[in-house]
Amino acid sequence: MTDVAQHPAQQGRSLWADAWGRLRANRAAMISIYYLIFMAVICIAGPWFTPHAFNTIYQDYNRVPPSLSAYPKPEMIDQAVKDAVKRARVELDGWKEEGGKILITVSSAKPIDERMTRYIDRSSVFENAAVVDKPADGLRMTLGADIERQHFFFGTDTSGRDLLTRTLIAGRVSLSIGLLAGLVAVVIGVLYGATAGFIGGKTDEVMMRIVDVLYSLPFIFFVIMLVVFFGRNFVLMFLAVGAVLWLDMARIVRGQALSIRRQEYVQAAEALGVTRTGILLRHIVPNLLGPVVIYMTLLVPQVIILESFLSYLGLGVQEPMSSWGVLISQGAKNIPSANWLLFFPSFFLTSTLFALNFVGDGLRDALDPKDR
Amino acid sequence: MLRYILKRFLTAVPTLFVIVTISFFLMRVAPGGPFNQEKGLNPVIKANLERVYHLDQPLWKQYLLYLWNLLHGDFGPSYNLPDFTVAELFAQGLPVSMQLGGSALVLALLIGGCLGIIAALYQNHTADYAVIATATAGSTIPTFVIAPLFQLFFALTLKWFPVGGWGDGAFINKVGPVLTLMLPQLAVVARLMRGSMIESLRSHHIRTARALGLSDYAIIIRHALRGALLPIISYGGPAAAALVTGSIIVETIFSIPGVGRYFVEAALNRDYTLVMGTVVVIAIFTILFNLIVDVLYAVVDPRVRYD
Repeated sequence: MTDVAQHPAQQGRSLWADAWGRLRANRAAMISIYYLIFMAVICIAGPWFTPHAFNTIYQDYNRVPPSLSAYPKPEMIDQAVKDAVKRARVELDGWKEEGGKILITVSSAKPIDERMTRYIDRSSVFENAAVVDKPADGLRMTLGADIERQHFFFGTDTSGRDLLTRTLIAGRVSLSIGLLAGLVAVVIGVLYGATAGFIGGKTDEVMMRIVDVLYSLPFIFFVIMLVVFFGRNFVLMFLAVGAVLWLDMARIVRGQALSIRRQEYVQAAEALGVTRTGILLRHIVPNLLGPVVIYMTLLVPQVIILESFLSYLGLGVQEPMSSWGVLISQGAKNIPSANWLLFFPSFFLTSTLFALNFVGDGLRDALDPKDR
Repeated sequence: MLRYILKRFLTAVPTLFVIVTISFFLMRVAPGGPFNQEKGLNPVIKANLERVYHLDQPLWKQYLLYLWNLLHGDFGPSYNLPDFTVAELFAQGLPVSMQLGGSALVLALLIGGCLGIIAALYQNHTADYAVIATATAGSTIPTFVIAPLFQLFFALTLKWFPVGGWGDGAFINKVGPVLTLMLPQLAVVARLMRGSMIESLRSHHIRTARALGLSDYAIIIRHALRGALLPIISYGGPAAAALVTGSIIVETIFSIPGVGRYFVEAALNRDYTLVMGTVVVIAIFTILFNLIVDVLYAVVDPRVRYD
């Protein structure tokens, strides 16, 4: 009997090779896959290459609009000088800029302490402040400082943090939550559904009733309770979200397992005396994998939306960490004054969800040729 | 049919009971309580408050008491909004949420249905691709992105609509919330309708109808549409239940005084009675709409019989 298997007269195409060929032919899906890879790479590697850390606060750059040219803009220097000098409690006599350097002249009724350069340094616009000239009486002083050139391609948020870096960091969080929680949901769902489907009978009945009951509970109630239990812990949040989303997976897998078990090829294999494990590995698992993979690609965007939703409500990721949902909720609160805070994170989130959807549709077409 | 409906109402009772029981105990296992937030609340006052609301009694007694009151239609007082009973809060908020959700549902079904039919009739043409693109956009862009974008463009830039508020139910205040509630549903309905319509148009009875020389209108509306409605109906039930019980996102962003906001706030504040009230109301709507779905099934598809 084993002889038959050892004579591959013609190399057959496996399910996966076949599916891969069909997927490659689907242009929207392939572009989406490349886009997702691109998105993952810039989110993972990007924050190391942006000139700012995600939690650095630039006091003088609150809500500055996105710009390709460097900050500070000429009109901002004046304000920054005035602010810094005011904090030092001395009078500003004048300032002039030459070649990336600034010369500030100050005066005071009392002798000026040279340590006041620190007040200039503390501003995010200047650095390396030093005394250039100080007359003997100490009532006047001229300071020199370098103007620090900063790029904020996406602008800054309400606390003066670079939005580009924050969006990329948020992308790391959102994408990894999507993958991790999706994985948790798939693992629980597949195990549960497969067990119910294979054992069948009374066990199946009871297990599926439990799923029905959990289904009829308002979903958001469940999530909130889990969040309350686990506190606002980052990793536990993944698990909680994943633990809520496994219900669909369990139903799908159970249905599939039940129907595959009754297929003729499984009966044929049984008649030929193939062992239970053999049937499981050779027939049932490969046929289950299709729907599982498809459902997982559709689950990941669902998880990302759910995470964003929770973060939007303030239940998810906490400051100074960030996710796309957190950024969008901050953006939504600032639309009249700073619409870029809403625009950039929304674009990142939405385009990723789009791409994931196209990949999911492409996989469904590729793995399930009946359904076309 | 009437017997079937009655039977369904009877089976709804144990379902509701299970839901109430699970949520009651789930809520109570969670750490914290309704009077824990206020800093430095005098322990004597706290004890008094808890006695008034029977929170000092053993859990099983509280549970029985809650069931007893619920059976008499008493949802209890709200702990965090002490001027109102839960029933009053719903009496005020539910009509608002139902109005918005209902309009959104009807519009989504009508427009989404039409778009789906058009896409199916012109399969693989420009119109079809346009509908698919709209549907994909509608179902992937989250509500909390659409709603602020709507405010940004139509309220702040073009000044066509107010940014938010209920305005005693003025039409102009409802446009934004209804549109943002509608769009995701419309997308799903259009997709479902397209798929099932394509399938329905391929079936034998449509071929027969064409052979008999019926007009396009009669074929599409009277014959193909009927068969294509089933997936829409089964999607519409749960969607309707979710829509009429309010959306926290839309109601918060547009400052709408509906019931959608209560759930999350109440759960976070351990406002036990309000949470339970919301769970019960949502469950009742879900059960009701599931029943309507099953009845509609029988109306649309004569093969479905419930005797």
